[in-house]
Amino acid sequence: MAMTTPGGTGGSELVPGDGEAGFDDATAPSGGFRKGAFGVSGSGDTSGFGGLVRVEPGGAVALHSTERPYGGWFDEVTDALIDAVGQATYDAAVQRVLVDRGEITYFVAREHLLTLARALRDDEALRFELLSGVSGVDYLDSGGPAAGPGRPRLHAVLHLTSMTYRRRIRLEVAVTAEDPHVPSLTGIYPTADWHERETFDMFGIVFDGHPALTRILMPDDWDGHPQRKDYPLGGVPVEYHGATIPPPDTRRAYR
Amino acid sequence: MSTTYDPYAGSRETTEGRVYTVTGGDWDLTFADQQGEDRLVVNMGPQHPSTHGVLRLVLDLEGETVTKARVVIGYLHTGIEKNTEYRNWVQGTTFVTRMDYLSPLFNEAGYCLAVEKLLGIEAPPRAQTIRVLVMELNRIASHLVALATFGMEMGALTGMTNGFREREMVLDVLEEITGLRMNHAYIRPGGLAQDLPDGAVESVRELLAILPKRVADFHRLLTGQPIWQNRLKDAGYLDVTGCVALGVTGPVLRAAGLPWDLRKVEPYLGYETYDFEVPTADTSDAWGRYLVRMAEVNESLKIVAQALDRLEPGPVMVEDRKIAWPAQLSLGADGMGNSLDHVRHIMGQSMESLIHHFKLVTEGFRVPAGQVYVPIESPRGELGFHVVSDGGTRPWRVHVRDPSFVNLQATAAMSEGGMIADVIAAIASIDPVMGGVDR
Repeated sequence: MAMTTPGGTGGSELVPGDGEAGFDDATAPSGGFRKGAFGVSGSGDTSGFGGLVRVEPGGAVALHSTERPYGGWFDEVTDALIDAVGQATYDAAVQRVLVDRGEITYFVAREHLLTLARALRDDEALRFELLSGVSGVDYLDSGGPAAGPGRPRLHAVLHLTSMTYRRRIRLEVAVTAEDPHVPSLTGIYPTADWHERETFDMFGIVFDGHPALTRILMPDDWDGHPQRKDYPLGGVPVEYHGATIPPPDTRRAYR
Repeated sequence: MSTTYDPYAGSRETTEGRVYTVTGGDWDLTFADQQGEDRLVVNMGPQHPSTHGVLRLVLDLEGETVTKARVVIGYLHTGIEKNTEYRNWVQGTTFVTRMDYLSPLFNEAGYCLAVEKLLGIEAPPRAQTIRVLVMELNRIASHLVALATFGMEMGALTGMTNGFREREMVLDVLEEITGLRMNHAYIRPGGLAQDLPDGAVESVRELLAILPKRVADFHRLLTGQPIWQNRLKDAGYLDVTGCVALGVTGPVLRAAGLPWDLRKVEPYLGYETYDFEVPTADTSDAWGRYLVRMAEVNESLKIVAQALDRLEPGPVMVEDRKIAWPAQLSLGADGMGNSLDHVRHIMGQSMESLIHHFKLVTEGFRVPAGQVYVPIESPRGELGFHVVSDGGTRPWRVHVRDPSFVNLQATAAMSEGGMIADVIAAIASIDPVMGGVDR
């Protein structure tokens, strides 16, 4: 299992200026994990039951970059990608690369997403013909530096499959909630249509160039994007046999 | 509007525009002033017996030809992905099992494999074999429903009654093993909720003896029938290029000729050690998809038989006490629950065991931070789980790439330019399950 050497190697792309200083910022939430079932923060463990809990400086988002060689076919794919788009474009497009649990993730600058995707689909040595899916993740309050322009909270995660070589890679594009624009992949992978509509519906990531970016699962007139972490859970207190059941937001188990 | 008065097709002006009252008669006369505008927009569903669940179609028709097919989904959205973020990792199983309700065990297996990959653990061999066993039984049940609803939507109602009858036999066996017909929550992170009960192996063997005859009956009932063939052949055509561009996987892709089955190309749970074929067809139409599903039932029967033969005694949950559920379940006088021995132990003998049980059951285990994507081959195609952990006791994000959701996108490509009756054949051949589409 990876997630090694926190803090030492990377993160400067995400945290401009003196990157490491961000980790000690007083505004940063402590610990790379959330509260437990009873609102316990930190490990909450005085018994030793929980064992050693490793705290990652980036919380749920690993901030470091894996050094080459990546191992296995990861290097082959990376080299082929560099050949296909050119070293300069690759350096500008790929902010960092993370190899973890046998999967490779390229963190991509959105300006270059379409260039990379087209090369990944069409190049003979790459042949990622199938876009398996587009998924969104909201990393608000997931530990590590506070979300902001230096640490964009909304991630569009694209899973590509090469049926020719039987390989899978992941592209990840991070944007802020204030400027949630990502270019649409529908022109390259028509299957992205509904995936992007769902990610827009649930996270409010706007895919520029999508032919009809409308809600798909929620009703058309719905307000907000339900799978964002700051979306209110709603509800009203309910009285039942004299006892009051609080709304979900204020229940201990939901915090 | 014709100037002559027509008692069967009057019209009046309203603030919303002209409203026609059409009670029969000559449509040409009624719409005489709208020559050249032959387009008719028909709304189908979401409550319609032929749309395979709460699926809504908006069809533009010219005569009987579909010029545009728009698919509207979301009527069964239940926020399962969001719900898992407020429950611990083990409880997630009970949520994901309810997504694609015809293949619950695949949802559980995919989710548990993803959690196990995040944890860096592997279920013991017996648990893996039983997972394969129940998943393949589930695949048979799912395909039987696919064939049954196919029959129903094409007007072959005997196909439906037969398909559901056989499926119920499979569900009886799954009930004997897991305790429930559907929504089993049987596969858990690290292994299984419990071992096979006494007599389960015999029940599966009895089922294996009966089912091949029933599959043959299905062939006799439908495959050779001219009406069935005429309805299915050349309906809902989509070739390999179209499938891959639209992300379509599973029987639809295999019916277009590409033997893409994740059990073969990216084996998991030891599928590479089982002897089975990947059935394909080269017709790219509803007929090919029907034949592929029929053949897959037979292949699944082969896998089930092999899984039974290789069952060795052993644990069905990982040894790690920090992950494994603290108590084996057992059947008591009041139903399924923690075994009496275990309750006696934690309540009367060991306070540490009680603490251990309490912490693990209420708070749950922690999963190291990171993300994984685990795809498995469900009866409908690539079922992928993108699971993110922040290192806590609950998932940070669970995204499900449900094959029904993706495959349904192909409806327009399959239907436009064809007859309206073939839209039904196309959708039935995709076999979408709305619980999975909308999640």
